[in-house]
Amino acid sequence: MKKIYSSLPLVFFFILVIFFFRQLILKEDPSELPSVLIDKSLPIIKLEKLAEYKLFNRENLLMLKEPSLINVWSSWCAPCKVEHEFLLAMSAKYNIKIFGINYKDDKKDAMKVLKLSGNPFYAIGRDEDGIQSINLGVYGVPETFVIDANGNIRYRHVGPILEYDMKNTILPILNSIK
Amino acid sequence: MIIELGHYCLALVLTISLFQFMIPALGVRFNSNSLMKSSFITAYLSFILILLSFFSLVYAYITSDFSVSLVAKNSHSLKPLIYKISGVWGNHEGSLLLWVLILTFYSAAVALLGRKLPLKLISLVLSCQGLIASAFISFILFTSNPFIRLFFPEVEGEGFNPILQDFGLAIHPPFLYLGYVGLSVTFSFSIAALLVGKVDTIWVKWVRPWTLIAWVFLTIGIALGSWWAYRELGWGGWWFWDPVENASFMPWLAATALLHSSIVAEKRDTLKAWTILLAIIAFSFSLLGTFIVRSGVLISVHSFASDPSRGLYILMLLIFFTGGALLLFAKKASHLKSGSLFQPLSREGALVINNIIFASAAATVLLGTLYPIFIDAINNSKVSVGPPYFEAVFIPLMVPAILLCAFSPMLSWKRAKLENIMERIVAVFLCSIILTSILVFIYNGSASAFLGVFLGFWLILGTIYEFIMKVGIKISFKKFINRSLNLPRSAYGMSLAHIGVAIFVIGVTVSSAWRIDIEQPITIGDKVIINNIELNFLSVNNVNGPNWIAERGMFEVLQKDKNKEFLYPERRFYPASQVNTSEPAIMSNYIFDLYIVLGESINNDKSYTLRVYYSPFLNWIWFGIACMALGGILSLTDRKHRLGYTIKINSATVNK
Repeated sequence: MKKIYSSLPLVFFFILVIFFFRQLILKEDPSELPSVLIDKSLPIIKLEKLAEYKLFNRENLLMLKEPSLINVWSSWCAPCKVEHEFLLAMSAKYNIKIFGINYKDDKKDAMKVLKLSGNPFYAIGRDEDGIQSINLGVYGVPETFVIDANGNIRYRHVGPILEYDMKNTILPILNSIK
Repeated sequence: MIIELGHYCLALVLTISLFQFMIPALGVRFNSNSLMKSSFITAYLSFILILLSFFSLVYAYITSDFSVSLVAKNSHSLKPLIYKISGVWGNHEGSLLLWVLILTFYSAAVALLGRKLPLKLISLVLSCQGLIASAFISFILFTSNPFIRLFFPEVEGEGFNPILQDFGLAIHPPFLYLGYVGLSVTFSFSIAALLVGKVDTIWVKWVRPWTLIAWVFLTIGIALGSWWAYRELGWGGWWFWDPVENASFMPWLAATALLHSSIVAEKRDTLKAWTILLAIIAFSFSLLGTFIVRSGVLISVHSFASDPSRGLYILMLLIFFTGGALLLFAKKASHLKSGSLFQPLSREGALVINNIIFASAAATVLLGTLYPIFIDAINNSKVSVGPPYFEAVFIPLMVPAILLCAFSPMLSWKRAKLENIMERIVAVFLCSIILTSILVFIYNGSASAFLGVFLGFWLILGTIYEFIMKVGIKISFKKFINRSLNLPRSAYGMSLAHIGVAIFVIGVTVSSAWRIDIEQPITIGDKVIINNIELNFLSVNNVNGPNWIAERGMFEVLQKDKNKEFLYPERRFYPASQVNTSEPAIMSNYIFDLYIVLGESINNDKSYTLRVYYSPFLNWIWFGIACMALGGILSLTDRKHRLGYTIKINSATVNK
């Protein structure tokens, strides 16, 4: 009986290793967009309204007929705070429409951020349990997607958009698909 | 030439380590003392040669030898000297060399201090260390060689990730590795004990101080990393539950549990199998951390040098060492003679609860960190686990741990009577409740702030009370001083470390509960007022650093009845790597931290985005951690915990 107990750690470890192997052998870089989504039309995502802000749904993005960004963010996410100023800069300086997905967040906290730090978003939708974002292949927050005028996903950026990313990646891609 | 010499030394140590693994093992098998004794020489030799190899790489960095691929990729001739040196371990290849250097250093230290240990035990320990060393050196030589030359030497280096150019981060990896790798010593001792088939006093006397050393380094190392993240990343936070941070936190939790269980093993001659298992787990967490950080199976906000092919190699190492050790444990642990059973209400009972809590805490952090991998495998979706999970799961676990921590030192060994300490518990409880209520009422805090501050007071008061009781009451002041001076240093160490925990808890609670964030656009000449502190934005100047240029903002800080101070947040640009960074400016004292970040300029240089974080008591976090580490060091200087403990008597029975 005692022997069974002392083998338990080994069993747990063995299970863990199977998961690691799967992850490694698939060699799926989690920061890369599942290839099926690139250059495909934006999947259907159903989001909820956040207070008085304009609701982000698939239709008002498609109606724009211009390249835009989708940004997945949350008030509890520290990197989001860093990229916030660059989102503001992109919407104010470069007049880019940014659609926000508020990911697994508290309503009040999210509104507090927008009130205190400014609102870079053209429209916002709440994804309270994070299930809708999974359709987009979202792995964590923040993530940003570049959408072209026809509503196709062209690029995915994982992690905060810093000044360097904004100037050397996001803006050039937006320009190239104009 | 020097680089080739370093390369040669490293390759030579691979062979020597293989000898260090095999020859003493054969010696034990065939009972040959001379074969067993060879392990000492190989341990010293490996350390000296790896040291040479390491210095040859340092030399290449200092002289900016851009014919070496690693130097060309990671360094730059204009970098300040200290960052040229720290650049050696600021990348995957070099940091592994540092890892191996520290490993051979520990092996040599164990060999030196363990000369008088039973030969069979020490040679098995060194054999195991040799096996670990050869595995890691072959990993370096075959997948991540730092000594590769370029066919066409570069004229200038590509630079170095600028946010890594920081003093705290320069010394963070050596400390962290001294902690990680220090756990290899207790790991090897556990393997040796399982192979010999018995856990005796010598074993226990050795495991405790070596765990303590690793724990102290790990504590300092994690704190340095966190301190760096706080000052450099510009988020005003210091812990993000990021996979990389969790990777260093899990071994710390396991080492903390090990530290406490080894006390029971030493004092009560029981809980030995569990202690061995913890030692195996603690070092396995170190390996797991290396795997997570280097393989790219999880994405992290500050991961560097990830490569799946290296991940496979580290996974193999993990399977070999952890799997092997656990297999050995499964086979042999049931043969270990277990000690006496004990009462739940006793010092050892309380320490067991501590162990259960810390083991669960490590398990929850492991689960949270690896959850994305599990979910991906099970239903093929990608999720992330954020701070909400960890805060919801981790904090409730720590609350009973801290409640317990204050009074378990008051319990006596074997069998404690609750009524003996009930009076003290009630006294400490009432005092803490009253103090907390007053403070939280005055400063208008929330329920969670109340809990945190209460726990802090509870632990401080409980620890002080326990200390006074230990010295004795109803005695003259002079006698009290005399007696307290005669207390063993480990008693001081424990009290100091526990008070450190309390200070840390108060710092964490107050700095988050009463934190004020302001984010707003600001133009030169504007002012911001935060908690009666006036911030005036005076000017922006251009400044040139050694390898960067920057816009430096100048802010005047005005407080009532205090001298005027200035803060200079910067926005730096590193031409070599074409990267912009924000250098926050922090005004820090024991009451509050004022943290300001100058953001992107809006409307052509006229105005900027400004972020201001006011965090009261933030410095208490670092101060608390420093107390914990100091407590550990104090315990180490105790005569009882000498690193080279030997028993002179009964060597015949020990050698059996």
